Amino acid sequence: MSLFDKFQPLAQLRADLQATAAQPFGAATEKLFSATEGIVNGRRVILAGTNNYLGMSLDPDCISAAQQALADQGTGTTGSRMASGTFAGHLALEQELAAFFDKSNAIVFSTGYAATMGMGSTLAGPGDVILLDADSHASIYDGVRLGGAEVIRFKHNDAADLEKRMRRLGERAANALIIVEGIYSMLGDQAPLAEIVDVKRNYGGYLMVDEAHSLGIVGANGRGVAEQTGVEDDVDFIVGTFSKSLGSIGGYCVSNHAELETVRYAIRSYIFTASSSPAVIASTRAALKVIQQRPELRTQLWNNAERLYNGLKNLGMRIGPEVGPVVAAIFSERDAAINSWKQLLEHGVCVNLVVPPASPDTNSLLRCSVSAAHSPEQIDQIIAAYAALPCNSDSAAN
Amino acid sequence: MADFASYQTFIVKILQPLAKQGAIVTEDTKLVAELGLSSLQVMELVEQIEDHFDISVPLNLLPDMNTAREMAQRLVENNPS
Repeated sequence: MSLFDKFQPLAQLRADLQATAAQPFGAATEKLFSATEGIVNGRRVILAGTNNYLGMSLDPDCISAAQQALADQGTGTTGSRMASGTFAGHLALEQELAAFFDKSNAIVFSTGYAATMGMGSTLAGPGDVILLDADSHASIYDGVRLGGAEVIRFKHNDAADLEKRMRRLGERAANALIIVEGIYSMLGDQAPLAEIVDVKRNYGGYLMVDEAHSLGIVGANGRGVAEQTGVEDDVDFIVGTFSKSLGSIGGYCVSNHAELETVRYAIRSYIFTASSSPAVIASTRAALKVIQQRPELRTQLWNNAERLYNGLKNLGMRIGPEVGPVVAAIFSERDAAINSWKQLLEHGVCVNLVVPPASPDTNSLLRCSVSAAHSPEQIDQIIAAYAALPCNSDSAAN
Repeated sequence: MADFASYQTFIVKILQPLAKQGAIVTEDTKLVAELGLSSLQVMELVEQIEDHFDISVPLNLLPDMNTAREMAQRLVENNPS
């Protein structure tokens, strides 16, 4: 028995990928022409899997703010938020996030992973109970495993199953932490937050919503699915990331619970890591302003999402259950998905490949994330590239 | 709440269709090493148990549930009468 034996399935996957000459994991972006076009693995392509939902990574205001911070404050903070790594910008961003979400408290983390993992591992500990949606992101699973709470998963987007499990908890339900996502990253479907909040109202407990894929995209003010559903006051903690709609890197938690300020000093992923660099904080602050000043970006994103979703659906492809910023084609055969990823790249379109165990079940996915920066013509080119696949995804009838 | 024997009998019964033709599942058959269940199949198995007995099985228990006997034992411990 070798230390490395357990990696054999991964080694097999790598070998399978090399056999097809595809390099979907870690494909190198060598040059960017815009938020939606670049050179990947030596080929000029439309970027259709970047999560750069609003094109903020190349927004002039964001770049200018980052450049100024870089010149004024240097390349890094070289410290944890708890030591010397809290700069004025970190505090300002926390205030601005709290104001944006209309909450009293906010914490900024160095990555989205650190935010969701940190909150999941800290809020509930030994003796507590967490109920999480089965399709929750890996960072949530990792966090709740670390925290030592009893972890119960409920069927994806199934409020009735959540209700059943809350009932089984008896008196313990009143202190349980429920964790869901606003929009799920794999298929782009939204949580039935109104129904989930109804369960919470009936049984008590706390609710945390990960709005990683919905910040800036959903809701009248872009605050996410909780805003759109009209249940913000029932959500105890909203977590998310800066690395999608805000085009930078980092994460956050906002809440009206004043205790969040105490919790901050118990979150290991907040304490024992360097804080975000000044340039990252500056570009994030600028992006947060831009998405409030330009609500038309949301409209553009949804127009593009609808165009792509319907385009793939009309091709007869098996895709996610609803229109959203994530549009995934579902393949029951992993090798067909791998070959299709490679062929899409050859047709000038770069998407994300997801294979088990990263996918929610035994299927593989070719996952697009739509951007407001895509032109309608680019969306049509993406659809045309899918149409040219000799090996189509499962048919919609499946 | 169900007792150890009820849990174990039910688990062996729902495992049997997952065994290769001719193989007999016992209370000590290993779910992954012998039956070759994937993590997804283990979760589906757990869901069947949860629905049948109207209980929730915490994910924390799964690492110590390698056989029907171990599953039944953990369920008894976690759901005392």
